[in-house]
Amino acid sequence: MSQKTATKKAVSRKDMTKAQWTWKEMKRNKVAYLMIAPYMIIFSLFTLLPVLLSMILSFTDFNMLEMPTKFNLDNYIRLFLDDDIFITALKNTFIFAVIVGPASYIMSFMVAWFINELSPRIRAIVTLIFYAPSISGQVYLVWGTLFSADSYGWANAVLLELGIISEEIAFFQDADWVMPLCIVVAIWTSLGTSFLSFIAGLQGIDRSLFEAGAVDGVKNRWQELWYITLPSMKPQLMFGAVMSITSSFGFGGIVTALCGFPSVDYAAHTIVHHLEDYGSMRFEIGYSSTIAVVLFAIMIGANVLVKNMISKVGS
Amino acid sequence: MAKLRTRKHKVVLARSAGGDAGITAILVILGAFMFIPMYYVVIQSFKPLDELWMFPPRFYVTSPTIGNYTDLFLLMNTSWVPFSRYIFNTVFTSVVGTVGNLFFSSLAAYSMAKIKFPGGKTMFKTVRTSLMFHQTVTGVTSFILMSAFRWIDTYWAIIIPAWATSLGLYLMKQFMETNVHDTVLESARLDGAGELKTFWIIAMPMVKPAWLTLIIYSFQGLWNQGSSIYIHSEQLKSFNYAIGQITAGGVKRQGASAAATVIMMLVPILVFVISQSNIIETMGSSGMKD
Repeated sequence: MSQKTATKKAVSRKDMTKAQWTWKEMKRNKVAYLMIAPYMIIFSLFTLLPVLLSMILSFTDFNMLEMPTKFNLDNYIRLFLDDDIFITALKNTFIFAVIVGPASYIMSFMVAWFINELSPRIRAIVTLIFYAPSISGQVYLVWGTLFSADSYGWANAVLLELGIISEEIAFFQDADWVMPLCIVVAIWTSLGTSFLSFIAGLQGIDRSLFEAGAVDGVKNRWQELWYITLPSMKPQLMFGAVMSITSSFGFGGIVTALCGFPSVDYAAHTIVHHLEDYGSMRFEIGYSSTIAVVLFAIMIGANVLVKNMISKVGS
Repeated sequence: MAKLRTRKHKVVLARSAGGDAGITAILVILGAFMFIPMYYVVIQSFKPLDELWMFPPRFYVTSPTIGNYTDLFLLMNTSWVPFSRYIFNTVFTSVVGTVGNLFFSSLAAYSMAKIKFPGGKTMFKTVRTSLMFHQTVTGVTSFILMSAFRWIDTYWAIIIPAWATSLGLYLMKQFMETNVHDTVLESARLDGAGELKTFWIIAMPMVKPAWLTLIIYSFQGLWNQGSSIYIHSEQLKSFNYAIGQITAGGVKRQGASAAATVIMMLVPILVFVISQSNIIETMGSSGMKD
């Protein structure tokens, strides 16, 4: 190919303006754009464009049937000042995310760290046990059986046997119970991509670092963790955080499957549910776009905040 | 505890027996929390009716039966749309979606990781940023776009978006960056191979673990797809949705429902067991540098 000669020509970059040079580079790399095009077109259409479209529609009253007539802040005002259910949803979403996100993240890391020194075969089995619930589709419905409303459910049976309760509790229909239970189930299904990333990160740390540490006076495994392990796997910690945060805010399907829609007294109603309600049931596209934009802002905000925190680990 | 001590380092690292014991205890407790519900589904699926409705419920089965599985297949035969149609829908969308994702994401990942061109870095950063928001955010407006393309109620609505997933590109690009060495590519280019040929003949065979990971992620997502807002026609709906309809049938179907859950979870678990070491290898390069 003529690429080698082209590189030689490009060396004389100083003779050109930046725009000229960029144009030249673009022409030289035509094939790179060709290769990236199919992916970027689909990605733009179904990931970027929907976000932009939501941002625009969030200022309108579009409803799928009539074209929008006005362009103002009404939706945002209604959302924060006039929609009590949204405020409940906002509160629940934060409770979910603040508990499930860190719990899942810490548990993923702890388990990955604990099993790191086991033999490969045992490590593979333990990995499977912890990872399986997150990939097994709707297996979380089993929690509905374990905590079912009648005495054939394990939780009620145990409590009845022990004489703690005299009457069955309808766990998933009880406003006091839905939230804590859904949090437990969410944590149970949450050891996913970040968990695997941590396992790999720990395996990838250069062994000689630990040996050097032992020589330099690292006394126990906690010091080793803080001074050697965590700083060495910062990139995985970042990636894992992004995966955990994003899924802990986007969480909603489990609640619908276990508690029905809407959950009793909106006790486990999250922003995702609110979005589905207005978007795919009532077709108030303008209003649901506003909800989507708020959720988008929360997710990005939380990610940026936590990434800044993690970048300080070990420094 | 003994297991934790099987280390093969030359230098003995500081490990206290108390720490080992504590770690083992925590692992066992968490492991039980993860494992027992999974185990309970499997046990339920083998219980005969009288054991399913027994007080207090048992975590073992005295006279196991495959009756629940045969019930499930009988129920499948009574459905209005033949069950093979639901299976076809899920298999078809999973396979076409996954193959396309593998192909397009790898092409783009190679170009971003191994060719320097204006805009490449910006495009990658955009994709990486999109890992920070969940699909639910784009659901409603995607629906509008799908209607504009007239893809509502067609396979395309499921398949095409699956061809360009953010995580797939991200993992593939990171893996190529660390595992495909520039010197190898450079010599191929010197031999006169174009970028497309270099990508296909040289780079792709070097990133097999990343392919597998991408295939599995993509497949899992599509396989576990339930009812979709894009699909109305009964004959285009997924296997997962149909299974859900059966299990929604109430008390009498508890056994069949457990059997269905076991069948649905078996496929992703088996796939993971086979490919675990490759996935972990891919995750080794998943880190974010900034």
